[in-house]
Amino acid sequence: MSISKKPSHDASFVQKYVFSTDHKIIGIQYGLTSLFFLLFGFGLMMIMRWQLAYPGHALPVMGTIFGENNMPGGIMLPEFYNQLGAMHGTIMVFLGVVPLGFGGFGNYLIPLQIGAKDMAFPRLNLLSYWIFFAAGGLMLASFFLPGGPTGNGWTSYPPLSDLAHDGQSIWLVGMFLIIISSLFSSINFIVTIFQLRAPGMTFERLPFFIWAQLVTAFLLLLAFPPLEGAAFMQLMDRLLGTSFFLPSGLDVSGQVLTNISGGGNALLWQHLFWFLGHPEVYVIILPALGIVTEIIANNTRKPISGFNYMRYSVIFLGFLSFIVWSHHMYLTGMGTNVTAFFQTTTMLVSIPSVIIISGLFITLWGGSIRFNSPMLFALAFLPMFGFGGLTGLPLGLATTDIPLHDTYYVIGHFHYVVAPGVIFAIFGGIYYWFPKATGRKMNETLGRLHFWPTLICMNLVFFPMLIQGIAGVNRRLYDGGESYLFMHDVLYWNVIISWAVWVMAVAQIPFIFNFFWSIFQGEKVTSDNPWEATTLEWAAPTPPPHGNFTKKITVYRGPYEYSLEGASKDYSPQFEKDI
Amino acid sequence: MYMQEQEDEIIPYIVESREDTGLYNAKFGIWLFLASEIMLFGSLFSSYILLRVGASSWPVQSDFLNVPIGALNSVILITSSMFIIRAWTSLKANDFKKFQKFMWLTIVFAIFFLCFKGVEYAQHFMHHEYPKKSVFLALYFLMTGLHALHILGGIIVNIYYVSSGSRLWSTNPRWFTNRIEVAGLYWHFVDIIWIFLFPTLYLF
Ligand code: HEM
Ligand SMILES: [Cu+2]
Repeated sequence: MSISKKPSHDASFVQKYVFSTDHKIIGIQYGLTSLFFLLFGFGLMMIMRWQLAYPGHALPVMGTIFGENNMPGGIMLPEFYNQLGAMHGTIMVFLGVVPLGFGGFGNYLIPLQIGAKDMAFPRLNLLSYWIFFAAGGLMLASFFLPGGPTGNGWTSYPPLSDLAHDGQSIWLVGMFLIIISSLFSSINFIVTIFQLRAPGMTFERLPFFIWAQLVTAFLLLLAFPPLEGAAFMQLMDRLLGTSFFLPSGLDVSGQVLTNISGGGNALLWQHLFWFLGHPEVYVIILPALGIVTEIIANNTRKPISGFNYMRYSVIFLGFLSFIVWSHHMYLTGMGTNVTAFFQTTTMLVSIPSVIIISGLFITLWGGSIRFNSPMLFALAFLPMFGFGGLTGLPLGLATTDIPLHDTYYVIGHFHYVVAPGVIFAIFGGIYYWFPKATGRKMNETLGRLHFWPTLICMNLVFFPMLIQGIAGVNRRLYDGGESYLFMHDVLYWNVIISWAVWVMAVAQIPFIFNFFWSIFQGEKVTSDNPWEATTLEWAAPTPPPHGNFTKKITVYRGPYEYSLEGASKDYSPQFEKDI
Repeated sequence: MYMQEQEDEIIPYIVESREDTGLYNAKFGIWLFLASEIMLFGSLFSSYILLRVGASSWPVQSDFLNVPIGALNSVILITSSMFIIRAWTSLKANDFKKFQKFMWLTIVFAIFFLCFKGVEYAQHFMHHEYPKKSVFLALYFLMTGLHALHILGGIIVNIYYVSSGSRLWSTNPRWFTNRIEVAGLYWHFVDIIWIFLFPTLYLF
């Protein structure tokens, strides 16, 4: 089993780096593209935060570049605020976090961690990336439509979205492409994990990262197609004049719509959307949990406590995530029995979630922890993510959700999960696997300069949102609540939040600099296994060549055998026969 | 071909099945794809039920649609499905000529299906029965239209396999046979979807 005999240097630059079928190149392409989108989505929010902190004031410096239709005199119009908000949500979720955790980390690491030479379907993989790329381009292009991008929120609820301007159609096509792309990836990942494991790599020996990616792939595979169906319906409503989501006698601005057949149901969209939308939450979270688990095991130099339970929990979580979607719809008048069902399943979800988080916390106990940059981010992930989860409980119970629904409490809650939670895990993952991909470590001092301000700002941004939400400030208000007298007591937070966002942006500069500088100037690693880790990716040369491994890989033990008794060193890699 | 051969060197289980899963890669892949397709069509069937249950009135479907053509099309599609099995078993028996014959039959029957479907659509349009006229018609056009697109996709893939794609037969017959098996699985699936669509839309 030597690697491909065909030397790869005769492939052209385009074949090698642009239209490559190598999972590592594709992973890096996914990673860089989605990091760009993450920054872009964050940029949109920085502009919005000016309007929220200083509603009606002209945006300094950049105010005029958005044109008279969006920001006359530098003052943001409500429609433009809605558009930026919708695109922030869409871009962050579908073009930023998910493709980063799944497409980026998944592609790069899955074959390496299971001891395979590539994905099972390399050309499908290539296709998947370029479809994703096209979807991203389309979403960006919608900013240049005469009416601008969609302004219906990332949820695109009808009837509004049925009747909105063209940006919405582009959004639907973009979503369709994103779903196709993730469908291809998920098929590829699942087949790869089942079929291409190296000899000795039994399911018991798969790292948690692989388990997390596997469950994520199943969620993408099964939960996303219904939104494809829903997107077709909404497109037909918009382009062919059908009424899937338009009830009879629909009243728009005081006028009953007469040119439609009616007979549709706006709630149908909500069901189909949230059937995707809730599993989407796990698609966001699970890869992050996988990353954090790898980092924690490595830097506590201990086996993961309760690894077995964590594995079953992640599978159980996957199942449960299909039957909780209507907890996003308590306010739609579903009836008490339905509500009771979804409330129960939602509460059940906390059991596996708590098991996983507890396993990671307990692992820290008595470990000789190495506080390097990856570990700092992983350590911050645990309480931040946990807090995000806890604040979700009141939203899962119908009684408490009713006053909190659609307030900034919801925004605060889920951002704790996705921003200081998932994004931190992703940062940690970048610092952790950077040496494998480039042969150099990222700078530790800059890493700390990135970590601490970001951690503090994250909390200054999102904790006040919980306070505002409990006080009743609604989300999606273009003036931040100024026109509601009862909200005035908590509006001073808006200024604090916004400044924290901008300071946080500055705190990303050390990271961005570190990232590019370290590719060329970072401290060179002297071994293929600089963190003294146990999993298979560290058996590959640095950076791994096409075909990944230069020696035959056999797996001898579980993924987290650290500090074994009687071992010669404090780590016993899966790929070494003698401990 | 160059890329394929190179791939073959790197990736195992393209031809052989893996012992512990009992599958080769593409077969595993197509099953997953079909699972996702079930979710896609499942969402449409669920929407159909939800919209119909919530409707104040619903047309008598069999008055609206051409039941004889629909029934004929069911027979055509089932026959086509049987042909593709024969195409595959011919390859297993090392009879390439017979494979070609049955694959072409599969394709021709699929084209018949689309023609009849086209006649039905034309009839509706002649009577000004457009999707926007009622939720039932919207569902009908969406569900049968999406299904027809799946048929079309199958036709294109099958034509490829019986023409230039069949060159693989001379270099790696078992790999080629696998591909036909996978195409067959997809084809059965499209067939089964129709078996559900026909009664749901035409009869009930
Ligand atoms: C760390 C930087 C971030 C900040 C400061 C931020 C801030 C905000 C704010 C203030 C809103 C509410 C806007 C409104 O209701 O008017 C919002 C909405 C939203 N954000 Fe973020 N966010 C950040 C990162 C993220 C990430 C990483 C994700 C996704 C994984 C995300 C997903 C969303 C979604 C889905 C919405 C809802 C959009 C809608 O109302 O349709 N955000 N964000
Ligand atoms: Cu949910």
